[in-house]
Amino acid sequence: MNGINKNKNKYTLTRKEERAIIRENRKMMRHFEKLKKRKNVSESEYLTQMRDPNNLVEFDDLHTYFYTDIGTVKAVDGVSFEIPKGSTVGVVGESGCGKSVTSLSLMQLVQAPQGQVVKGSIRFNAGDKCYDIVKMPTEAMRKIRGKDISMIFQEPMTSLNPVFTIGSQIDEVILLHLEGYTKKQAKEKSIEMLKRVGIARPEAVYDSYPHELSGGMRQRVMIAIALACEPKLIIADEPTTALDVTIQAQILDLLREIKHKTNSSIMLITHDLGVVAEMADYVVVMYAGRIIEKGTVNDIFLDPKHPYTIGLMKSKPVVNKVVDRLYSIPGQVPNPINMPNYCYFRDRCDRRFDKCAGDYPPLYKISDTHYAACYLCDKSKEAQ
Amino acid sequence: MFKYIMKRLLLGLLILFGVSIIIYFLVRNMPADYIDTQTAAQVSQGKLTREQVENMKALYGIGDNSFTGILKNYFTWLGNLLKGDLGISFVYGRPVADVINQYMWISFGISFTALIFEVIIAIPLGIYAATNQYGVADYTVTVLAMMGISLPSFFLSALLLRVFSLKLGWFPLLGLRDATQMLSGFPAFLDMLHHLVLPMTTLVLLSVGGLMRYTRTNMLEVLNSDYIRTARAKGLSEKTVIYKHAFRNTLIPLVTLLGGTIPSLFGGAMITESVYALEGIGYTAYKAVLQADVPFVMGYNMFIAVLTVLGILISDLLYMVVDPRVKLR
Repeated sequence: MNGINKNKNKYTLTRKEERAIIRENRKMMRHFEKLKKRKNVSESEYLTQMRDPNNLVEFDDLHTYFYTDIGTVKAVDGVSFEIPKGSTVGVVGESGCGKSVTSLSLMQLVQAPQGQVVKGSIRFNAGDKCYDIVKMPTEAMRKIRGKDISMIFQEPMTSLNPVFTIGSQIDEVILLHLEGYTKKQAKEKSIEMLKRVGIARPEAVYDSYPHELSGGMRQRVMIAIALACEPKLIIADEPTTALDVTIQAQILDLLREIKHKTNSSIMLITHDLGVVAEMADYVVVMYAGRIIEKGTVNDIFLDPKHPYTIGLMKSKPVVNKVVDRLYSIPGQVPNPINMPNYCYFRDRCDRRFDKCAGDYPPLYKISDTHYAACYLCDKSKEAQ
Repeated sequence: MFKYIMKRLLLGLLILFGVSIIIYFLVRNMPADYIDTQTAAQVSQGKLTREQVENMKALYGIGDNSFTGILKNYFTWLGNLLKGDLGISFVYGRPVADVINQYMWISFGISFTALIFEVIIAIPLGIYAATNQYGVADYTVTVLAMMGISLPSFFLSALLLRVFSLKLGWFPLLGLRDATQMLSGFPAFLDMLHHLVLPMTTLVLLSVGGLMRYTRTNMLEVLNSDYIRTARAKGLSEKTVIYKHAFRNTLIPLVTLLGGTIPSLFGGAMITESVYALEGIGYTAYKAVLQADVPFVMGYNMFIAVLTVLGILISDLLYMVVDPRVKLR
């Protein structure tokens, strides 16, 4: 893709290589931006079939790359998993492992023009039809954003526009997506939404500005905005990371309650294993842009297979257990540019063996729901 | 609110007092002296004695150049000012307030029109460049803006004059009205506009770049913020995202900047006016400084100082209007 590998010292680039990268990047970015900016694309181009009609979203071999000046970062590199209807899927992993980029790919909100979905598909079940979001032009995607899929962001402090009132920001999404609402009805609905997310004085909050509210209140407002159009899927991108622990519990309770009431699915992105254990039905563990293990919550928490997942489980504090020092996985995530061909976790792994020098391991099936990308799980070979 | 404004105005008075002392001492310590330049010929011919010159200086109130002398003259000037009298200009022989009032409006007209053009051109261009970052349009606009910022005004004026006035003959060379014809009413106004095309172009070309870059930078910052991502996640159209959610936030620094341009609206563009020989306040002040016209230079500078104080106050008040987070008390 670019001349990095030819260079003896891989941390420095010659001017020539740099220029080649920039030229290549520009070409790719322009190509993908053009695809997204197409107008009047017929729906048939992005209509598709779900593999399982009970699934709401199916990620299939998703690749999202960032074209940076020092090379292409494969932020998401071949991710496949599904979100069944009415369930909560937790996506876990450390910072920079591609969890957020996966969710932003689903919303088509990856930082453009550097970030682009280059391969794979994201099938979204919109009820009577199903769309491939990767192929959708932005124009068509706008009708899904906020209405069928909505998103709660990590930073409630900066995610609301500081110059508009809370009310106008909720009204906006109602007036945009729900038909037949007058301004007055939208206001009533907004106040009702504020009440539903547990805000005590909804009428007063409706007229206030974001800076007049606390972090927890703002996150509630964000949730109210996300829920206003009764979406099929709520993406919660680390919804509690910026909040203190008591507020965290309240927000999680609120999300769970809402899920039960509206029967929507939640894609919960977090690095907090406690949150996942409490909220999720299925868990996807990501590492350096790939899924290394996925399964039900019991599979992952009670019977983790991948050494990384095992390490994660060991590194969380447990009540009633005295430990001298909390376990931490040694080493670091490899440089996202120039990923090695072998298992990305090999250099940090305490259970590596000869086979790990080979190609990146595929996902091995452990049970119907449980998969892990590790040669340790390769039962077929062991049996032979 | 009212209390805040009163407080700011009182503070402004204090600032103006300090400013006036500094300017008065600076002006009095200029190497040029009005009486000396006026009487130099007569003195050398022996028509006037040194004593008579000193008497004249004392008469004009600029006789004693010692510290106490200047201080005494300053308080005389201040006393007159408090009575509403800015003194009589040495050069123009009329009350300073009258002279300012006469020349101010033409400068204001030019600067105000130029400002309108500047805003109309710079802000949309800045937004366009920001939304097409690193595109061909962005680079083109940026390069042109940098050229505008870097060109000295006298050079650009000279260039424009050479090309459009001397070579092509599309526009008149100097002044505000055509001396070869007697015009009145509407044709006179059109003639004036014709004379003002080049000066106005100069002013707009020079200032558009700065404002455009400022808009672009602020817009880019806003476009990368979380709430813009939220707006997009709501499914809003790109137009609504940019012109409602982003622009409303970009407006905050812009308003502050534009509030600060108020003094320059009335203050005139000294160099541009001089090059085009426009009888504006800037050109007038320039001539007054050359001849050490103490009352006029004082009057003009105090006028600018008052406008600056008011301009800052106004931009603070506007800041409160556009940004709900700002509360003034």
